[in-house]
Amino acid sequence: MSGITNWFEYVGDRWSDVWGASWDHLMLVIQVMIVATVLSVAVGVAVRNNATLRNIALGVAGILITIPSLALFTIFIPIVGLGFKPAFIALLLYAILPILRNTITGLREVDPNVLESARGMGLNGTQRLIRVQLPLAWPVILAGIRVSTLITTGFAAIATLVAGPGLGIFIKDGLRRLGLPLSMESVWTGTIFTILLALALDLVLSTIGRFTTSRGVR
Amino acid sequence: MNQSDTTEPMIRLDRVSKVYPGQSSPAVAELSLDIARGEVLVLVGPSGCGKSTTLRLINRMIEPSNGRIIFDGEDVTGVNPDLLRRRIGYVIQQIGLFPHMTIADNVATVPRLLGWKKDKIRARVDELLDMVGLEPNVYRDRYPKELSGGQAQRCGVARALGADPEVLLMDEPFGAIDPITRDRLQNEFLRLQSELKKTIVFVTHDIDEAMKMGDRIAILKESSQIAQLDKPEHILAYPVDDFVDDFIGSGSTLKGLSFERVRDLELSPYPMIRHNAGHAQARRVLDEAPQRWLLVLDDMDRPLRWVNDSHLDRTDRPLRDLGHPVRAKVEPNATLHDTLEAMLTSMAGCACVIDKRGSLQGVVEIEALTDVIRRLRANARKHYEDENGQSQPTGTPS
Ligand SMILES: Nc1ncnc2c1ncn2[C@@H]1O[C@H](COP(=O)(O)OP(=O)(O)OP(=O)(O)O)[C@@H](O)[C@H]1O
Ligand SMILES: [Mg+2]
Repeated sequence: MSGITNWFEYVGDRWSDVWGASWDHLMLVIQVMIVATVLSVAVGVAVRNNATLRNIALGVAGILITIPSLALFTIFIPIVGLGFKPAFIALLLYAILPILRNTITGLREVDPNVLESARGMGLNGTQRLIRVQLPLAWPVILAGIRVSTLITTGFAAIATLVAGPGLGIFIKDGLRRLGLPLSMESVWTGTIFTILLALALDLVLSTIGRFTTSRGVR
Repeated sequence: MNQSDTTEPMIRLDRVSKVYPGQSSPAVAELSLDIARGEVLVLVGPSGCGKSTTLRLINRMIEPSNGRIIFDGEDVTGVNPDLLRRRIGYVIQQIGLFPHMTIADNVATVPRLLGWKKDKIRARVDELLDMVGLEPNVYRDRYPKELSGGQAQRCGVARALGADPEVLLMDEPFGAIDPITRDRLQNEFLRLQSELKKTIVFVTHDIDEAMKMGDRIAILKESSQIAQLDKPEHILAYPVDDFVDDFIGSGSTLKGLSFERVRDLELSPYPMIRHNAGHAQARRVLDEAPQRWLLVLDDMDRPLRWVNDSHLDRTDRPLRDLGHPVRAKVEPNATLHDTLEAMLTSMAGCACVIDKRGSLQGVVEIEALTDVIRRLRANARKHYEDENGQSQPTGTPS
């Protein structure tokens, strides 16, 4: 019991730090997700009809997530320096695969008869993409965005290693002072607020999904 | 016989071929075909003979390898296919409604592409839904998944008619629907077509559907070669070769009777008598006639009983209680097929033709039907012999 009380006290005493780190964390994730979504959907659309290009795109995105995270966060430092930028790039590269894969799957799962009738009525390629394929693929794409957002929110805690923003700072501090008073409280603060952030983002995305998915495909 | 002789055809395929990449034999080989304005032309043939390919060549879903397609007098082989398709309704078996759009939005697809005003689109959607038998207030805001198969196909037809195209292409539109609903949709379609008078190319592999829907039928063999192209009754009466004969199957004579109506028959006299006449008079009438049965009528000339010689021995009972009741009755617009069916159930082997009030107009005997069949055959044969030397027996303009 006293552990939990202590933790609340700990957070209460540092509320403005916690709030600030959470906000920075959130901003980092949101920016990564916006760029990752635009990029992945664009690539997915571009490669959807060509098996070779599809496999290349998915292969590259797959390789990216197998790069050890510590390495991925550090290899860009020589090019872009410390801070927000290397963190942003590393998270972006991780965020791509789930969205890209779901974009490709979603677009390819569209019933060929629906596309046949769309073409038969005289919708050109762009009109078919925008009016038919993307709206039908959207629930699948959004599922990819949600997975990717959860992963990114968690991984963003590592940003602190490259002097990036976010809740990782509490975890790093705790680790550094392990065994000393309040070290575990610090680790818990970073962990719990990261999880809360992830859940909040997921809730927002599922609400967006409800309002942007046609009743006909729900 | 050929309407294309007098007016310009709506669609003309001019030696059109299609060879799919990597295929040795063409899916369509040098097909020439005229489709007249306002006619329903059915393409029918075994699976894989190239029906769908032929249909999709018309709206350029598939590009021809060779040949020209003339649409409404204009060579459309080189025009923008999207603009062409907006002028041609297209219905496929799997329908392909847009699942994320309401029925109204689905039906409004082509009008929107053409930039119609909102009010006009809304009115058009309601008109179309009404036309295909979907109450607009009920179905307008539904989604495709909330429709039955039959309703979805009606919606597909409404959508194809969206911007009032002159031409409809239909690829086995009723193929995936249960027989009862299919029959109803076919009938509704025929009623609709009698008002709309669209030019329709209709693909099916069901010869009975072809006979029912087509003003003319093209029976295709592999590579879309026309085996025979003619009105259904001509094909039934005179299949040009074994392929056609096999394809239309057994019972083609019976099927041919569906195209003829009782009112066009010449009925020969039949012995008949009022119910209140005496037995002696009845026997005299029967003896004078070549037939074996006598028809007893009531005061309004409505047929009552079939009576034969031995029945008349029962002099203790009035004529109206003798013999067998008359069940086989048909109205003048009944088909000969229905009439034959009625005759087969009749004691006397005859069907009575009655008017609206039930009064007798005449009696159909089996000889009348065999005469019709003989005449149909002779006419069809003559039709092909007349054409001999000028054009193919398929009726294809050369
Ligand atoms: N996209 C394609 N690529 C290659 N070959 C094709 C293609 N589409 C059809 N074919 C071939 O062309 C021929 C004609 O096909 P088509 O679909 O026109 O036949 P169909 O008469 O409509 O048959 P069904 O009654 O089974 O629908 C077939 O041999 C088929 O295998
Ligand atoms: Mg087909």
